[in-house]
Amino acid sequence: MVQLLTPEGKFAPSASAEEFLPYFEKLTDADFRKFYTDMVTVRRYDTEATNLQRQGQLALWVPSHGQEGAQVGSAYATKDQDHIFPAYREHAIAHIRGVDLIELIRQFKGITHGGWNPFDPKHKNFHIYTLVIGSHALHSTGYAMGITLDGKTNTGTPDTDEAVIVYFGDGATSQGDVSEAFVFAASYQTPQVFFVQNNHWAISVPVSVQARVPLYLRGTGFGIPGTQIDGNDVFASYAVTAKHLEDARSGKGPSLIEAHTYRIGAHTSSDDPTKYRTDEELQGWIKKDPIARLETYLRESGADEKFFTSVHEQAADFAADIRRRAVELTAPGPESIFRSVYSEPHPVMEEQQAWLAAYDASFEEEA
Amino acid sequence: MSVQNLPLGKAINLGLREAMLADPTVVLMGEDIGTLGGVFRVTEGLKTEFGAHRVMDTPLAESGIVGTAIGLAMRGYRPVVEIQFDGFIFPAFDQITTQLAKLTFRHEGALSMPVVIRVPYGGHIGAVEHHQESPEAYFAHTAGLRLVSPSNPHDAYWMIQEAIASKDPVMFFEPKSRYWPKGDVDTSTSGFPLHASRVVREGTDVTIVGHGAMVSMILQAADIAASEGTSVEVIDLRSLSPIDYAPILTSAAKTGRLVVAQEAPGFVSLGSEIAATVHEKSFYLLEAPVLRVSGFDTPFPPAKQEAIYLPDADRILDAVDRAMKY
Repeated sequence: MVQLLTPEGKFAPSASAEEFLPYFEKLTDADFRKFYTDMVTVRRYDTEATNLQRQGQLALWVPSHGQEGAQVGSAYATKDQDHIFPAYREHAIAHIRGVDLIELIRQFKGITHGGWNPFDPKHKNFHIYTLVIGSHALHSTGYAMGITLDGKTNTGTPDTDEAVIVYFGDGATSQGDVSEAFVFAASYQTPQVFFVQNNHWAISVPVSVQARVPLYLRGTGFGIPGTQIDGNDVFASYAVTAKHLEDARSGKGPSLIEAHTYRIGAHTSSDDPTKYRTDEELQGWIKKDPIARLETYLRESGADEKFFTSVHEQAADFAADIRRRAVELTAPGPESIFRSVYSEPHPVMEEQQAWLAAYDASFEEEA
Repeated sequence: MSVQNLPLGKAINLGLREAMLADPTVVLMGEDIGTLGGVFRVTEGLKTEFGAHRVMDTPLAESGIVGTAIGLAMRGYRPVVEIQFDGFIFPAFDQITTQLAKLTFRHEGALSMPVVIRVPYGGHIGAVEHHQESPEAYFAHTAGLRLVSPSNPHDAYWMIQEAIASKDPVMFFEPKSRYWPKGDVDTSTSGFPLHASRVVREGTDVTIVGHGAMVSMILQAADIAASEGTSVEVIDLRSLSPIDYAPILTSAAKTGRLVVAQEAPGFVSLGSEIAATVHEKSFYLLEAPVLRVSGFDTPFPPAKQEAIYLPDADRILDAVDRAMKY
């Protein structure tokens, strides 16, 4: 398992980390602080969203608490031209790619099934969430096939070469679509990275039920090499993803990363993990927290209390702003349910929208 | 006017070729469609002409084919997918119904999904299980998809090009028993928009509506009925979703009697939908209830029993007789 930063916050690269160290070495202290700031901000946001759900403002929330290291490191390893296909828990990546996190609130408040336009440059190719587990793996592979057809890999100008990274969890690796994505990716040698956040639990089913070999080896039989990383080590996540994406952009085909992490909270706000997980296991993972270990590292490399206070204040402001806007969100009118079913005019949509308008108007006449 | 006499399969082949020449983003994907030209040879010669990058022999995985076609469409391509046989579409059912059909809505209109899924469908070819089915109703039930089915070579040539040009996902049901009979194709003009139904034979006593291979069966029945003194008007549905009701309602108002014929099982089918709608909209204009002629609500039987299952001209005429007795 590739690890650069131990749970105790010591920089002590594992032997397997060696080939990835050159990528880490490009990072500066300012980058480390950015990683820390984003991890703290999104955790604070996640807590706020959980509270909003408990207060009846959201229909559902999908907490990301605990997985910030895997997400922030890998997100910073992408380039602007890369395309990112998330599952539905990648809030930190959305934030880093420029998606206003109120858009996720819109989705989980029940106002939209999506929330943002991934093709708007300000969202930097961060695609919308997919709730059917693993379905988007095929979309990412198809998108990557398109990059190959366009000749946008291994052009000799690495700064503009493109790649795709797709995120899914340990549970998704059991889905046929993920296996089919591996087949197509290998067949067409797509420029893409499959990033598995192994948080050890697919709702209540442990990864041991779904996999008899470590997940980073799942790709081997398909011809897709894999690397296992400590997913709570933001440095490992950054360095390994940077190398894998660089390989993808330079025409070396698909690869897989298995990031060992843990969902500290529930699967969603509807879940109760105390029914299937032990407190002992949870406490063990809390000791490996991605934010705590980076904080230790930063303190030992000279960050002062003022920095940490300021980050937490910013995060609190961020969450307060989200809360203010979340409460104000309202659903659009009835016309929106007919508007985007098709891209071209459709007689049934027009007829049913007109019928609904007339039906609604009939009550106004009565009143 | 430029007319060629072609089989329907070849007309689709020419239509695909035209679409590929007109638009470099059109790519074909499917099992055995490249080197072999497809099990029905519909894509024959296209890989040689356009290359393996535009006519892709894919791995044998239907969900994978449709799912990657979706990704290619996100990238700006217009994929045309071939599902080898009707009964093999179900591994792709999830990608078609939860993803392809809904991605435009999920993106609040910011993303179009110009994907065509070609499905050779229907019976009369004496094949094994999963090779003779008519699964169109499953997809007609799903918002976000458009469904069409040509009955003749001229429509096939034009409708495949119009389907590819559509910004929306189109399921293109090819009546495989009609791949081989020839018909005139006017390559200078289509004559009808993609989603128009059309009257293919005028009559005054009974209207019969059908699509795909059933249209030629209905026309046979209409000939027999004429010899027995009953004048049948025939409407080729062409578009299964949306349904173009105007010609159907006009015709039903004229004849007062409507029969809907299809190979698919009758329960919760296109025939049921048309019958219900015509009753709602034309109740007082009808002389008889709308009658359905369809496959039975059983699995498609083994090949040697397909003649029992599939409606033939006699079963259609039986419905005509019943309608006339009211």
